[in-house]
Amino acid sequence: MADKEKDSKKVSRRKFLVKGGLGTIGVVAIGAYLFRSPIRRQILGVVNSLEAPYLDNIDQPMIWFEVTSDNNILLHSPKMEMGQGTFTGIAQMAAEELSVSMNQIQVVHAASSTGNVDSFATGGSTSISGLWKPLRELSAMLRVMLLKEAALKMNVDIDQLSVVDGVISGNGKTLTYAQAAEGVENWEVPDVPVLKDAKDYKYIGQPIARVDLDAKVYGDPIFGMDAEMPGMLYGAVVRASKIGSTFISADTKAAESMPGVVKIVVEDDFVGVVENSMIEAENAKDAINVTWDSYDNLNTDAIVKMMTVGNGKSSVIQKNGDSFGDQDEVVTLEFRSPIGAHAQIEPNGVVAFVDGDTATIKISTQVVGLTRKEVAKRLDLDVEKVNVIPTYLGGGFGRRLHTPHAVQAAIMSKVVGKPVKYFFSRKEEFQHDMFRPPTHHVIKGKLNEEGYLAGLEHQFVSGDVATDSALIPNALTNFLGADVGAIRGGFIQYTAIPNFKAECWHVELPFATSWWRSLGLLANTFAMESFIDEMALKANMNAVDFRLHQIADEPIDIRLKNVIKAAAEKANYSEEVKDGRAMGFAASIDANTPCAQVVEVSIVDNEIVVHKVTVAMDPGLAVNPDQIRAQCEGCVIMGMSAVLYEQMFVEDGELTPTIYGPYQMALMKNAPKEIDVVLLQGKDTPGAVGEPPLGPIGAAIANAVRRLTGERLTELPLKLSKKA
Amino acid sequence: MEISLTVNGILKTVDIADENTPLLWVVRDTLDLKGTKFGCGKAACGACTLLVDDEAVRSCSYPVKFAEGKKVTTIEGLGDRENPHPVQQAWIEEIVPQCGYCQPGFMMATAALLNKVPKPTDEDIDKNIINVCRCGTYYRMRKAIHKAAELQAEKVINESKEV
Repeated sequence: MADKEKDSKKVSRRKFLVKGGLGTIGVVAIGAYLFRSPIRRQILGVVNSLEAPYLDNIDQPMIWFEVTSDNNILLHSPKMEMGQGTFTGIAQMAAEELSVSMNQIQVVHAASSTGNVDSFATGGSTSISGLWKPLRELSAMLRVMLLKEAALKMNVDIDQLSVVDGVISGNGKTLTYAQAAEGVENWEVPDVPVLKDAKDYKYIGQPIARVDLDAKVYGDPIFGMDAEMPGMLYGAVVRASKIGSTFISADTKAAESMPGVVKIVVEDDFVGVVENSMIEAENAKDAINVTWDSYDNLNTDAIVKMMTVGNGKSSVIQKNGDSFGDQDEVVTLEFRSPIGAHAQIEPNGVVAFVDGDTATIKISTQVVGLTRKEVAKRLDLDVEKVNVIPTYLGGGFGRRLHTPHAVQAAIMSKVVGKPVKYFFSRKEEFQHDMFRPPTHHVIKGKLNEEGYLAGLEHQFVSGDVATDSALIPNALTNFLGADVGAIRGGFIQYTAIPNFKAECWHVELPFATSWWRSLGLLANTFAMESFIDEMALKANMNAVDFRLHQIADEPIDIRLKNVIKAAAEKANYSEEVKDGRAMGFAASIDANTPCAQVVEVSIVDNEIVVHKVTVAMDPGLAVNPDQIRAQCEGCVIMGMSAVLYEQMFVEDGELTPTIYGPYQMALMKNAPKEIDVVLLQGKDTPGAVGEPPLGPIGAAIANAVRRLTGERLTELPLKLSKKA
Repeated sequence: MEISLTVNGILKTVDIADENTPLLWVVRDTLDLKGTKFGCGKAACGACTLLVDDEAVRSCSYPVKFAEGKKVTTIEGLGDRENPHPVQQAWIEEIVPQCGYCQPGFMMATAALLNKVPKPTDEDIDKNIINVCRCGTYYRMRKAIHKAAELQAEKVINESKEV
């Protein structure tokens, strides 16, 4: 018991540091030199490696699990399933310590009424790594709890009991978990038992098929868009098509006489209609004439001009040695990335029912806790009385790290006294996305006499990622002096270079930008790794050797070197152009997971064609190697799509395009025919998987094009300027 | 007005105020078959793909009146857990879905392709499978489409043996 107390004290201390601490510091440090402050460096380490363990309810197995009468286990997951495979991984982890078979575990999204609410979010590639220790501990605790009850019921000493597939045996008797649990009202939560040894794993490490595979292949109604409530009506919300619009007034006369109108709801910040059918709601919405105060003349050029290094606030996030001194022989290249849309196929939507002092919200969201708080606050309800029932997500990618439409649906429901379902049109999705911010990078480098870098400097500017995101207190950004999302991938990973510096600038844009899968990594790695390739060419060195020589020898550096070597070897990396094809190389570290990629491209009709991608990644222990491969394949294709085709424009104050097609994305015909994934295990715990493979793809393609055509492409999306 | 159509083998008569209502909403909201998805409403992404008389149709932009008297197949009618369609079987064997939202549309488009081209080449796939998947599952989908073609061929052989 004494140990237990010590344990829980340790937990609460950690809670204070990571959860309470950052929000209450309240220090504003503009233009901070991050690298000089040991506290900032340490916090940045946590933010950057994202390896903090999950901390909510980790000593209460009873709110995580239910034992069902047919001897199955329900696992109420505080983490959402959005395609990343988390449900499968956590089912493996739980089955392992509970000693049940995989098909005895059913994972469901924890409704907030169960109490198992994630106070943060599903995001940042943290679900498996964060739950690794606490979930196995909780599972083992539940096993011991069930064994204790079984021992009493069977009248057998607990030490003589063993479990196989949820059936307890000992002394010639057997009892199922369900029988052991039956009738027990008060459970004693035990100390954390000793966990299984890695060599005894039965499920962890196996390429087990996704637990949601059948539901997704047979078309089960599992998504937010499929959610309903009895007697529900349909809502729609009028949205401005221009950037920066603030609501002035609404003329609702024409809409009031439209068929099916139940109610028109005019609030301070939005106008909604509630109708009997979705189509009527959309029609009535179009008949409402809202006067907005908007930015009318904004265009893409103005955004690009704003988003230029030297504008806004800056923070030096990394520094070693001196600056370049003599400016002779300094190579400078500039890179740009555009505004990117999430374009997840399931639109944002919600069904809400406010009934007296309670609210029920069915929604696909990455932030159950935040959504719950926002609804409670706006409707003045007790937070405990707001039940958010999360569904499967038809894509997350960071888009659903803020889902305030739950508040609008709840207000409409309160007004009409019935459940209201509403979702975004595709045009609204594109115009009211929380975009990936555009970036600009100025990179300088200088070679020494041996042909390696004597100095390297990365100056870059981005719009908001974490700043003003509702999820992370601005105090954190202010304290660090840099946007914790924008800096992902912006660091110099070749720290054997004697002199280097990375400096992040922040510019606020007139429209919302925020979390887009991998945050700053996609653009930062594109810029950095393109530049490194150009310097290797200038030095007349092999791009792989050039990189390996300039990486230091910390554990993470060794893991980076290993993935670089593995990718080069597996792909047979060569700098020779052969049969009209060339290879390109790039590597990155994100959230403590190093990843290297080799791509093979050709040019057909002046278009870049990616034939093959080899990925080598070290995510640590692979809980489910098949799903890690799937994430690598998916990131390669999503990343390709972003770096070759995708781009939002601003025309006369409107974000455009507003539909797939004009917003060009990778299709089947564009996807590489070969994706080869090599997984290394450089540490014995699981690390980040769902975002790190997005890093290298942009530069790897650009570097291949450079070797094939001689042209250095410096802007995303990558377009050849001349006939190759 | 009343419209009659056969949905997944069962004759249905629906009473629809506007005959131009997209078939998608009749299937999803009137018939409560939620497997066919809304993605864009402009036939640009293919999430709503289903079969009308065995042809792939983007149902978000297909007025229900055109389905009068026709045979509509949705993902729920393609196959089930006891008797999966070769496309579903292949999707399971290759573990294709990630978020899963676009997958029914892709599976229906693939089923339509295999009806016409039983053994599609990569070029056939590139030309005919033009839906959008944001998770980037195209690589596994291509493998699954080739596998589905094999499974379907085996099924045809086995069925002809039984006859």
